[in-house]
Amino acid sequence: MRRIPRGLAVAVGASLLLAACSSGTTTPAESSTDSATDSASPSESATDAAPVRGNEDLVIWTDDTHLAAMQAVADTYAKANNITVGVQAVTDTRAAFITANQAGNGPDVLVGAHDWIGQLVQNGAIDPLQLSPDQVKAYSPTAVRAVTYDSQLYGLPYGVESLALFCNKSVVGDTKFATLDDAIAAGQKALDAGTVESALNVPVGENGDAYHMEPLFTSAGGYLFGKDADGNYNPDDLGLDSAGGLAAAAKIGSLGEKGSNVLRRSISGDNNISLFAEGKAACMISGPWALNDVRAGLGDDGYTLQPIPGFAGMGPAQPFMGAQAFYVASNGKNKAFAQDFIANGVNTVDSMTTLYKMANLPPAMTAVRDSIAQDNPDFAVIAAAAESADPMPAIPAMAEVWQPLGVAYADIVSGADPTKSMQDAANAIRTAIAGS
Amino acid sequence: MSHTTQSDPPRAVRGGAGTTRVLPLLARVLGIGIIAALAVMVTPALVAQERWGFLAVFWGVVALLLAVYATKRAVPAKYLLPGVLFLSLLVVYPILMTFQLSTTNYGDGTRTSKEVTVNKIIASAAFQEANARRFTLAVGTEGTVDAGPYTFFLVDQATGDAFAGTEDGLTDLPADATVTDGAVTEVPGYTMLTKQQINTLSNTGGPLEGFTIPTGDNTVIVAQGFQAIELTSPLVYDQANDTFTDTRTGTVYTPQRSGDRSYFTDSEGNRLSSQSWGESVGFDNYKRIFTDPRISKNFLGIFAWTVVFAVGSVALTFLLGLVLAVVLNESRMRGQKVYRSILLLPYAIPGFISLMVWSSFYNTDFGLINNLLGTHVNWLGSTALARSAVLLTNLWMGFPYMFLVATGALQAVPSELKEAASIDGASGFTHFRKITFPLVLVSVAPLLVASFAFNFNNFNAIQLLTEGGPFSASDPTAGGTDILISYTYRLAFGTSAQQIGFASAISVILFILTGVLAAIQFRGTRVLEDVN
Repeated sequence: MRRIPRGLAVAVGASLLLAACSSGTTTPAESSTDSATDSASPSESATDAAPVRGNEDLVIWTDDTHLAAMQAVADTYAKANNITVGVQAVTDTRAAFITANQAGNGPDVLVGAHDWIGQLVQNGAIDPLQLSPDQVKAYSPTAVRAVTYDSQLYGLPYGVESLALFCNKSVVGDTKFATLDDAIAAGQKALDAGTVESALNVPVGENGDAYHMEPLFTSAGGYLFGKDADGNYNPDDLGLDSAGGLAAAAKIGSLGEKGSNVLRRSISGDNNISLFAEGKAACMISGPWALNDVRAGLGDDGYTLQPIPGFAGMGPAQPFMGAQAFYVASNGKNKAFAQDFIANGVNTVDSMTTLYKMANLPPAMTAVRDSIAQDNPDFAVIAAAAESADPMPAIPAMAEVWQPLGVAYADIVSGADPTKSMQDAANAIRTAIAGS
Repeated sequence: MSHTTQSDPPRAVRGGAGTTRVLPLLARVLGIGIIAALAVMVTPALVAQERWGFLAVFWGVVALLLAVYATKRAVPAKYLLPGVLFLSLLVVYPILMTFQLSTTNYGDGTRTSKEVTVNKIIASAAFQEANARRFTLAVGTEGTVDAGPYTFFLVDQATGDAFAGTEDGLTDLPADATVTDGAVTEVPGYTMLTKQQINTLSNTGGPLEGFTIPTGDNTVIVAQGFQAIELTSPLVYDQANDTFTDTRTGTVYTPQRSGDRSYFTDSEGNRLSSQSWGESVGFDNYKRIFTDPRISKNFLGIFAWTVVFAVGSVALTFLLGLVLAVVLNESRMRGQKVYRSILLLPYAIPGFISLMVWSSFYNTDFGLINNLLGTHVNWLGSTALARSAVLLTNLWMGFPYMFLVATGALQAVPSELKEAASIDGASGFTHFRKITFPLVLVSVAPLLVASFAFNFNNFNAIQLLTEGGPFSASDPTAGGTDILISYTYRLAFGTSAQQIGFASAISVILFILTGVLAAIQFRGTRVLEDVN
């Protein structure tokens, strides 16, 4: 019987080979994976395998944190229109979407952050949304500005995010600080008394964190990109090494490790929230995503939350505002349903309320926002902070900013010459933008 | 097995249907049948996509498989062919594809062909005028649902006026049509389409895709979901001259080269769109590696550290593993098994977790190491310290493997050799140096080479521990602990725009480098084999 295994092996091997061959002939995105889902059992795809599009009348891709909310809204729409709908949680949603959409295996609707828009448009992956001016008016102006790119509306926003200032009530008392200096001073007092280990947590890390530093940078006079008359960001007007930018760099340096040691590289995105939630930091700059941990650590009434105030005698602190939004895929298989879903299924007070409750994000629709001020004051604060913030630039040039600017911040915090670090970063970013 | 072999009929009578041959024959027929069936199955799809190269290769493989397995000839090939095919498919083909990709500018903004890009630019420029009309849409057909011709029945949402629209333009709604709740529901002589049908027919390649009703020079009515909207398109593309003209301002945009791609740009240098298109760039990506001073400077520095990192990791882990193995191999030692189990623990913890935990150990203010030592050192803040930290962590991660391997090799060394050596008067160390170690090395050397190749591309160790940092503001692309693969990754998929074509070129160079280094090392290990 010695031949049987070999014969079988040949057959199995050859058919495997053929299976591999045939998937190789189509697209990488279509090859093996596990995420054939239906609306009942959404699943997450493996990290290294490309996700496979479901086979429903309407397929929505999102990340796993927003899955349940999307499912609820999609099910309502599906029932009303008598179609099937599939919501898939896809890891590394944006990159997976761009690849899959180009190969024709992508979803019909994508849900994601507004700062993806630049890259998505650059790759021709999403279509403009043609909503009527009245429909657009129902949303907060900042959220609309965030999803508008090249003067075209690309997404329907449902939630907004922004950084805010958290402080530990038992450490600094139940105060709203008028300036960031006041908050730092109160924190410093607690630090000197040995109550806490950090006066004000701002994530820096070894490689810097340009996102969390933005409110400090803007308050001290810096700006990233200038804007044209229509409010579109202008990649040729980089403000890092402008007079204001350099002054802001100096201010950040004075708060750094060789200065007052408020800003430290030992505080990063990894430990920022946990240090505050454990009571080891007097104040912290973070966003709505920190609320659950903070409440669990300090109690529902153990912290204060307020929009980030500016430095004393300086400009207002403007963190990046982020919007979560729905987009129509350019290569979807069910474009008509996708467009109708967004314009009529999601764009209602009911859906937006569901999304606000289930996705746990401050809403973008003004009617919903007004109704939550009472029962969720934290979200009202975040929404207010987002309203006074500037949308994170979605232009592709922004992709060249994060790394060099973060590194410059880390350098400045470590005690390097602020002017030189900022000019180096500005030059590196200009070179990178010119080369792309 | 032995039974079958002994009862085999002589070769001459094999052709006769021996009962023991039915199963293998069946398997073989089935296997070949499945392959042929699969080939037939995918052929139409390949023809439809005009993938002639694939088709040829595909049927070539089928012919080869048939020739080898359906006949009694070519016995060695029967054993070699599967391996060769899988090698081609899983190793050679990806390398060729990577090389092919490295001769293009593929990446963000260049994923689409020029034709697609032009269409996208036109479509994304269309906008609603302030007085643009919006309609509730119904679609009907006088012919069949699948083929048309189709008519849009439109009810203006503001005024309630109803129209019928075809690709020739708008006309009045037939008088006998029924309008219910602001939508046309029935038109005599027309079959009305359901939402599902509209959706299906609007798909890419469907008859309703790009269905537009002209209403003016630049204005059209297009479907948006189950509504229709009047859009104005300000851009005109001139195919012959390859230019865009904005009809509002008269600005002309022509393709202008910038780096490895082109954008439609006006005379003042303003780009019409951030979208470019894919092109072949020949060996420009390779030229860029070697000519761009920023990159070539980084490349040599990173390459040097990559080699140090790989050699250092292998040497340190092997040294520690071997010492521990020798110590624990001593039979007089008590609790051997317990010690061995403890030493294997780092190997049992998933690497991702150990790396993240170690990363937090190095934290200046809150890390375990500084807390234990009472120091205040920023371990990951300077290049030299960060490199030591990376090597130390990799040592912790890697020594159990070397310990395992060395233990196995030690136990394979015959104990008679030791007795013979001690009779000859060799001391313990001399015996180890002259006899045990060379013998261990013979069996372990290929694993050391493999370990080197692995560490040469040990992405996780760097990315999860330092992300390549520390960086300097003047050169934020290359970090102090970056090895070639983490550097390449950042270029291709990192925070900046994806430059996949360029990253592929680096990968090809990396492949050649690793290959050459491995070849040299294997040549070196051949010397060891003389010991035997």
